[in-house]
Amino acid sequence: MKLTKILKNGFLIVFACIALSACATSKKTTGQMQGDVYTGTDTVEYLASGVPDRVFFATNESVLTTASRETLRKQAAWLRKNSKITIVLEGHADERGTREYNLALGERRANAAKDYLMTYGISSDRISVLSYGKERPVDSGSNPLAWSKNRRSVTVKAN
Amino acid sequence: MKKFLIILILILIPVKSFGLIEVDITRGNLNPLPIAVSPLSIDEESRKNFQNILKKKNIGSEISLIVENNLKVSGLFNPLNKDAFLQEPDIANLKPRFEDWNLIKAQALITGKVSYVEEKLRVEFRLWDVLAGKEMMALAFTTVPNNWRRVGHIITDKVYERLTGERGYFDTRIIYVAEEGPKTQRVKKLAIMDQDGANNKFLTLGNELVLTPRFNPTSQMVTYLSYFRNLPRVYLLDIETGTQEVVGDFPGMTFAPRFSPDGKKIIMSFAKDGNSEIYTMDLENRIVEKITNHPSIDTSPSYSPDGKFISFNSDRSGYQQIYVMKSDGSNVKRISFGKGIYGTPVWSPRGDLIAFTKLHKGKFYIGVMRTDGSGERLLTENFYQEAPSWSPNGRVLIFYRETKTDSKGKGFSAKLWSIDLTGYNERQVPTPTDGSDPSWSSLLSN
Repeated sequence: MKLTKILKNGFLIVFACIALSACATSKKTTGQMQGDVYTGTDTVEYLASGVPDRVFFATNESVLTTASRETLRKQAAWLRKNSKITIVLEGHADERGTREYNLALGERRANAAKDYLMTYGISSDRISVLSYGKERPVDSGSNPLAWSKNRRSVTVKAN
Repeated sequence: MKKFLIILILILIPVKSFGLIEVDITRGNLNPLPIAVSPLSIDEESRKNFQNILKKKNIGSEISLIVENNLKVSGLFNPLNKDAFLQEPDIANLKPRFEDWNLIKAQALITGKVSYVEEKLRVEFRLWDVLAGKEMMALAFTTVPNNWRRVGHIITDKVYERLTGERGYFDTRIIYVAEEGPKTQRVKKLAIMDQDGANNKFLTLGNELVLTPRFNPTSQMVTYLSYFRNLPRVYLLDIETGTQEVVGDFPGMTFAPRFSPDGKKIIMSFAKDGNSEIYTMDLENRIVEKITNHPSIDTSPSYSPDGKFISFNSDRSGYQQIYVMKSDGSNVKRISFGKGIYGTPVWSPRGDLIAFTKLHKGKFYIGVMRTDGSGERLLTENFYQEAPSWSPNGRVLIFYRETKTDSKGKGFSAKLWSIDLTGYNERQVPTPTDGSDPSWSSLLSN
């Protein structure tokens, strides 16, 4: 009787292990990335309800993805409604590049976001740009997922 | 703050001899030269005086330890264990018994004497060729006692110069960024130290992010990037007075600064509307010149030692590559054509090579190529490393290396490393905290 109990428990443990590992792997594979652009919400904060504060980029790229443009349109709508608010666009790069190039890349990414906001009617007077290069990662991991979270432009309220 | 201006009285003791030993620095260091560094002898009264002033029990031994460590770290010499020395330091300095030194396989011998003369530190030393049984060099210096470490570095420079035929690089300093704290919130301070890691001093408090400090040719001034008031700008700092100022009046981020070889200009990048271009500013008349004009990222500029050319980093071909142009911005030529992307070109003080960082298949390399891009040679491979800076004689590169964190994002560190141009003798450079962005000074004494 005892033996079967132990076996039962053992099975339970084994089963739990499988379930857990499946969970862990499915998280990776179902992807918080499309290509190498982060699509998850782990690090995302909100400027207002339904208005995400950041957009993500592919390696070495400053091109806005479809999802990024959608996020920026939401930000533009919110900024039009709140016309007194000014913002800083903080551009960032991952750790897989030289420091100086990444400073330039962060600036280019933040400006890509700025240009898009401007096409939706936000005056450049309300937007300043600040590049941190690779100096302020949100995820300290050294893996593709962490890097994808760090390649970002974050819209921060300045007043 | 006259600390850095060593008062150095050089008395050349005439030597009539020619050395038979020499060290070949061009082939790496597979057979470092066995050398005996005898402790510098000191009379009891001088010893007591220096013990009072410097709180060191025997300053003669301390100075010889600096010489010994420098020689060892250079990779070209193998300093022998002092326990095996048969001759007393004072007698060896008068006349070595060459057969005794030969017995322990020393090929060269350094002896010397320290004395307290009118509140000053007087050091004489001799370099001997053991096999030939001859004196190769004899020198004496007098300086303030506080300069005792520098005396050790100057002795090493003289020995290195005599045995290799090249200028030394030991009486030099490193400016770098000292780092502490978690990776997501690193605190960074400017720091300066002797080339061997001694006399570390922080120059900023860590209240704002600072990056990429670089010396001017006299090593009295430093240009660097600071995020003071959250505005990333290039600054100029006078190390002796501590005064600093913003370089230029640019409406946006300036970064990647370096001095021109004559020290009169700062060359840097200015980023505006998503485009980074290279500019110079004359420090005397404040005239600003735009050097590049291309809708790509142009950054990491570095002058050739004659000031006629500039190497820089651009992604105008789609990815980061190294380019060379005339110093007025004309004749832009891409020079890096190997696999991977290339960054941080730095022109050698000898003028013949450009050191760089390369990323290929997920690995970072420090390498060198000729100034036309030929003869690419990779010196070291790692998970992450970048930002080489040349020793003033162009024989050694210092750079920084970061570790890969584990699955929980832990285990991050950044350290300074050095490697010979030959690709041998890779060593961690000691720093009290983590460090990055090193810049090597010129020789402080000439």
